[in-house]
Amino acid sequence: MALIKLNNRGVRNVSAFGSVGVGSMVFIKKLTASSSGTLSFVDGASSVVLDSTYKEYLFTFNNIHPSAKADFTFNMSIDSGSNYNVTKTTTYFHAAHDEADSATEVALGVSAGSLGQSTGFQLLGYQIPTGNDECGSGYLRLFNPSSTTFVKHFITNCNEVSIGGGTPYSINSFAAGYGNTTSAVDAVQFKMSTGNIDAGDICLYGIK
Amino acid sequence: MGRGPVGEPAIIKYVNNSLASVDDVSNTDGAMILIKTLTASSSATLSFVDGTSDVVLDNTYPIYKFVYTSIHPSSNGAEFQWQANAAGGSGYNETHTSTHFQSAHNEGDTDTGLSYTTSMDSAQGTGGIILNTDVGADNDQSCSGDLWIFNPSSTTFVKHFMSRSNRSDAGDYSVDNFHAGYINATAAIDEVQFSFNAGNIDAGTIKLYGIKDS
Repeated sequence: MALIKLNNRGVRNVSAFGSVGVGSMVFIKKLTASSSGTLSFVDGASSVVLDSTYKEYLFTFNNIHPSAKADFTFNMSIDSGSNYNVTKTTTYFHAAHDEADSATEVALGVSAGSLGQSTGFQLLGYQIPTGNDECGSGYLRLFNPSSTTFVKHFITNCNEVSIGGGTPYSINSFAAGYGNTTSAVDAVQFKMSTGNIDAGDICLYGIK
Repeated sequence: MGRGPVGEPAIIKYVNNSLASVDDVSNTDGAMILIKTLTASSSATLSFVDGTSDVVLDNTYPIYKFVYTSIHPSSNGAEFQWQANAAGGSGYNETHTSTHFQSAHNEGDTDTGLSYTTSMDSAQGTGGIILNTDVGADNDQSCSGDLWIFNPSSTTFVKHFMSRSNRSDAGDYSVDNFHAGYINATAAIDEVQFSFNAGNIDAGTIKLYGIKDS
C-alpha cells in the first residue's frame, strides 16, 4: 500500500471532519476601534454569530481608550441593530482606590449605573480619561440571547483608570442585570457616553 | 486519482467523505489555549517567564488567564501574592495601583461581612500584589481562583488585571476576594511570579492560558 502524506494544501477545502474537538470557547469576531463612534456586533453581518448557536456569549474588551473622558457603555438590540434600546433592570457597584492612597471605597457608586426599566446604555467602565496610557479592560457575559421565553441576563466586570479630583484611580466596576424582553437579542453595541472609542479591541466568543 | 507530471507525485483530492473519521487534528483547541501548568512542591516561588520552559507571555495573545487551584501554604495565615517583571527589567517589582474587597462568613455561622480591605490594596506600590491574605495551613485549607491580565505586551497602555478567588481562611472563614488594578507601566510585561509572603507554596497548581483574538 502506498504511503500518502497529507499536507495543508491537500485538505484545505475540507469543511467537515469527524469527531474533532475544537474546545469549548470559540472565537467569533474581533472589532478594533479607530476613532469609532460605536462598535456593533450584529448577528449575520460580517461573520458575526449571535443567535441560538451558543447558550452563552463572551465579549472581552481590551485597552478601551476614549477621545473624551467618558463612561464605556453597551446596549442590546432585538431588530438586528436598527435600534439599541432594550429595556433593562440592572445593578452597578465598584471598588475604587486612588494612586495617592487617600481614598478607597466599595460602593454602589453612581446611581446612573443601575438602571430601572431603562432603555439607555448600561455603564461598564466609569469615566475613563484620555491620558495616553489610560484605558479600561474587562468582559461581558451574555446568557441565552436567542431565548424567546426568558429575560436576557448579563454579567460584566471591568477595571479602568479613572480620575477624581485630579488624581488617577483604579476602579473595578461590576454591572449585572437583564434585558427585560422575551424577544431574541441579535445585536450588541458598545460606545462611550460621549465622544469616540479612539482605540481598543472588542472580541466576541461563543461558549459551547 | 490524477496523474502528476513525470517525477512528481500524483495530485490527490480529498473530499469530506474521505476525512469523516478523522478525530485528531492539531490546532483545533478553541479560543482558550493552555500554555503551561506549574505544580508546587514546597516551592518558594512559581514563575512564568516568556520564552522559558514553553511559556508564552508576549503579544501572541491579547489576554492571559491564570487559574490557581488548591494553593496550600507552609505558613499559617500567609498572604498569597503575585508580581510582574517588565521585559528587559530585573526583579518582580513593577508599580501598581489596585482595589480589594471581600465578603466573608465563618464556619460557626456567627459572623458575616462585606468590606473594602485597605490592607490588601495598593497605591503605586512595588511589593507583592495580594490575592489572598490569611490563607489557612490546615491540611485541607487552601485558596483557589483566577487572575486575568490584559494585553501585557502593550507598550502604550497600563496593564489591567482582575482576580477573583476564594480562600479557607486561617480563622475558619470562607472569604470571597475581588482584587483588580493596573500595573502602572507602559513597558511590556513578560514575566509573572506567584509566592507567599512567608514560607513556601507547599502544594497546588497554577495554569496559564492564552485567549485568542483571531
